[in-house]
Amino acid sequence: MSAISFQSVSKSYPSPRSPNKPFLALDRVDLQIERGEFFGLLGPNGAGKTTMISILAGLSRANAGTVSVLGSDVVTDFAQARRKLGIVPQELVFDPFFNVREALRFQSGYFGIRNNDAWIDELLHSLGLTDKASSNTRQLSGGMKRRMLVAQALVHRPPVIVLDEPTAGVDVELRQTLWQFIAKLNRQGHTVLLTTHYLEEAEALCGRIAMLKSGRIVALDSTSELLKAASSNVLRFKVDAELPPALAEKARVTGRIVQIPANDAREIEAYLAAVREAGLLAHDVEIRKADLEDVFVQVMAKHPDGVADTAA
Amino acid sequence: MAAALLPEETPHGAAMIGWRTLFHKEILRFWKVGFQTVGAPVLTAILYLLVFGHVLEGRVRVFGDVSYTAFLIPGLVMMGVLQNAFANSSSSLIQSKIMGNLVFLLLTPLSHWHWFFAYVASSIVRGMVVGLGVLVVTFWFAGPSFVAPLWILVFGVLGAALMGVLGLIAGLWAEKFDQLAVFQNFIIMPMTFLSGVFYSIKSLPPFWQLVSHLNPFFYMIDGFRYGFFGQSDVSPWLSLAIVGTAMVAASAAAIHLLRIGYKIRS
Repeated sequence: MSAISFQSVSKSYPSPRSPNKPFLALDRVDLQIERGEFFGLLGPNGAGKTTMISILAGLSRANAGTVSVLGSDVVTDFAQARRKLGIVPQELVFDPFFNVREALRFQSGYFGIRNNDAWIDELLHSLGLTDKASSNTRQLSGGMKRRMLVAQALVHRPPVIVLDEPTAGVDVELRQTLWQFIAKLNRQGHTVLLTTHYLEEAEALCGRIAMLKSGRIVALDSTSELLKAASSNVLRFKVDAELPPALAEKARVTGRIVQIPANDAREIEAYLAAVREAGLLAHDVEIRKADLEDVFVQVMAKHPDGVADTAA
Repeated sequence: MAAALLPEETPHGAAMIGWRTLFHKEILRFWKVGFQTVGAPVLTAILYLLVFGHVLEGRVRVFGDVSYTAFLIPGLVMMGVLQNAFANSSSSLIQSKIMGNLVFLLLTPLSHWHWFFAYVASSIVRGMVVGLGVLVVTFWFAGPSFVAPLWILVFGVLGAALMGVLGLIAGLWAEKFDQLAVFQNFIIMPMTFLSGVFYSIKSLPPFWQLVSHLNPFFYMIDGFRYGFFGQSDVSPWLSLAIVGTAMVAASAAAIHLLRIGYKIRS
């Protein structure tokens, strides 16, 4: 039994601009996430990541296909499915009427759990919120609100945890704290599904990754395999002028920094020669190993409209 | 020997705890801002009593042996009950929607039945608390009689329940505070004011009497007042039938909207 199962899931939204052509947010998505996995869902904005999570959580309903959590269908058996899920939403929402402890107690009660104070105290301690327990949630800083959302998702000890961009806009120290906390939960047996734009985070934490574009999965593999499949090296340097077109279309240019995937020494030499022949001077030349960001950019470039490779 | 399962370990037990938690949360929500939710309506009722009572006492007699001030009290009590029961569910829902924290409820295993009972029951409690507050305070000015207290209870609870259900529907429908204000100020308030709180509809010209008979609020207030004075414009049984029917129809609509996740689940 998979922890999370998407079977041929499609979802479209009516488009106000073109009433006859609804916007297809998800197109026959198939995905199985096994128990105990730490799974990463990546993709540009608008790819459908949040839609997938909304359908999983029962916030939205798919137009076709079935979704289940540890065997419980999220529509026909929603109560069981939601008990097994803990969702940390992306937006920093809070209820201004209550303090931290009250909010966590209510959240426990909604899931049918009374007398949850011992576990609540442990959560507050792990997330560094103990001295804010009696503070109104409105008074928490952004980082604390983020930690509060994590606590709320865990009050009922769900076996499957979903985090929608948990470290967006979060400072470095808190990001490290959250990563360690989530990784610990995963080691304890919780299945974790993470969506993020921070590819460094996905590479560090996730065992398997799916890349979503325009409502379709365009890559799905273990992190290590994805890294191996991309060009093994990246040539990185700085230039003060524009690159010649032949090079520019192969490279990822950010301001003055140029990064070109290169498989071996011959390619590296050829690129550097091309730079020299164009009359440019390359500074700070460096050769590094490909990272997940390189893989991501290559995959996205290979699938301009989100059309997946024909896979087995 | 097998240990009995704790209530929270059975799905049914957990569901019971679930809806009761939402019920408690909704009550705590209005109680925490008691000045605004209970104190203010009670003060408003006293002001109406003082002003209208002062102006019309001795000039208007509705039920022969009852002073105008005494006549006014049940109407003011009911106005407090109805307006605040409506406000409880409607304002709670729209605030949660706009602030975004409704998501915490949407992620729970609570079914649409749980939502319905929790929001309506908490609206009844708010309505009763305000009603009782108004009654206790205005009682010092003029003590109305309590001829048939059971009718008072029946109409009080039923009226609060109906308004709680209407507030639930309005709270689900409105997307901006302004839209809710339209509901409250252009529908609920005029209908309460023009339902015979301040006068007997028999004093109106025949056409306006007929219009009043189409106002469901009239029946709630008329029946409620019967419990105090044993006198009313129409039979309390007729009022009960009309209010009861309205309650069933409104509840069916509200439960349907909750089940389909109208405007809260896409």
